[in-house]
Amino acid sequence: MSDSLQELYGRTGRTITDRDAQDITRVEELSYDLKTSDVMTRDVQCLAPMDTMRAVFDLLRKYHISGAPVTENDTLVGVISQEDLMRAMADGDQHAPIQKYMTKKVITVKSYEPVVKALEIFARTKIGRLPVVDENEKLAGMITKGDITRGVLIAIRKDYQEEEIRRYRASHLFEDIISDRTSLILRYKIKPRDFTNGGQASSHIKRALLRLGASPQLARQCGIAVYEAEMNLIFHSNNGGVLRVQVEPRRILMQTSDDGPGIPDVKQALQPGWSTASELARSMGFGAGMGLVNIQRCVNKMDLESAPGKGTKLFMEIHLRSDEKFKAPPESPEGPGV
Amino acid sequence: MRLSEVIQYAKGEVLNPSVFKDYEIVGGCGADLMSDVLTAAKPGAVLLTGLCNPQVVRTAEMADVRAVIFLRGKQPTPEMIELATQKNIPIISSQKGMFELCGQLYKAGLLGLEASWSDYHE
Repeated sequence: MSDSLQELYGRTGRTITDRDAQDITRVEELSYDLKTSDVMTRDVQCLAPMDTMRAVFDLLRKYHISGAPVTENDTLVGVISQEDLMRAMADGDQHAPIQKYMTKKVITVKSYEPVVKALEIFARTKIGRLPVVDENEKLAGMITKGDITRGVLIAIRKDYQEEEIRRYRASHLFEDIISDRTSLILRYKIKPRDFTNGGQASSHIKRALLRLGASPQLARQCGIAVYEAEMNLIFHSNNGGVLRVQVEPRRILMQTSDDGPGIPDVKQALQPGWSTASELARSMGFGAGMGLVNIQRCVNKMDLESAPGKGTKLFMEIHLRSDEKFKAPPESPEGPGV
Repeated sequence: MRLSEVIQYAKGEVLNPSVFKDYEIVGGCGADLMSDVLTAAKPGAVLLTGLCNPQVVRTAEMADVRAVIFLRGKQPTPEMIELATQKNIPIISSQKGMFELCGQLYKAGLLGLEASWSDYHE
């Protein structure tokens, strides 16, 4: 993983794009999320230490497997492999008990450990299959690289389907409802000087956009713009204000409005680094006069209307690229004919 | 570099272990000014900051920051830890200074995940 990431992100001075950085794979996350017990094979053919090597031969041949765990009262006491069997055969010792030939020091993985733990062992030891034991060292199953691949694929497919259904439910709004102009409006009241909850509205907006099928980049872009705007209301407005987001199939309109104090010189306010922020705003990590500049960078159109004593209105508009516009997936997830 | 390695360099403590995952970290961003983070940090960065208030966590959420390290021994409040946990962002407390830890991580091969500032001063 590390090598491929290195290759992907490069030490060659190539700029890392947003898309690259977001590519930190779901697969990698899954290897931490999934437990070995989620992907292991539970139905395992076991042998007992006092079974004969002949029984090993029969079992391996019957199930076309290359080895089997050896258990005593469900507790793992060893593993026996094709190679052990060949040694016994070479000794003409097919009636010997398994315990004479089995490997007693077995590398295992715990059923509650993440899949990545098993992957680490596979990489380190070149072992192809690992017994999975529970907290009491009882055999719970066996795990192979194939089990992990299958488990991850199933999880991804499930993820993907859930996500598609969620998005479909939200985004078909724009497809199924016919009007000359369809839009979804989200409104949030922002309280002045509410630093504890500052950013909560923006957080909700970002989440809503993702639900509606926005790409992570688009959601991030909007999130950053509305967050700066929300913080402006919190820091500067007399009585708070309203944050309003209007989602349309091809654009997102965002707007904040308040009833004062208003900005005396709008042109000056748009200068990078110009700030009238309080010490408090600065202590919160804002108020360096970069907020509006940052918003401008995130949106396609920005308009600031303000006059002292009258309040401030900030309009922001993001146009969706044609491949980004909100739309339902081509087929309904329930499948045709339902 | 794995997040666990970053934490080793930071000699840091994970304050919300329930959401800790040993992510591959592709780069870092060091800032006390949250507007700078919002402007320049790329998604997936680990954020090193000396600022300690709820807006750091909000900023991390908005900017898709992968993990936050509070430097200079700053201790986030339980509310901040709770918020970060909700947002699935591991937060780490470190006694190290900003310059020192940034330098160590960069030297160890962690890329800067800040876009070039020349892009913003046309």
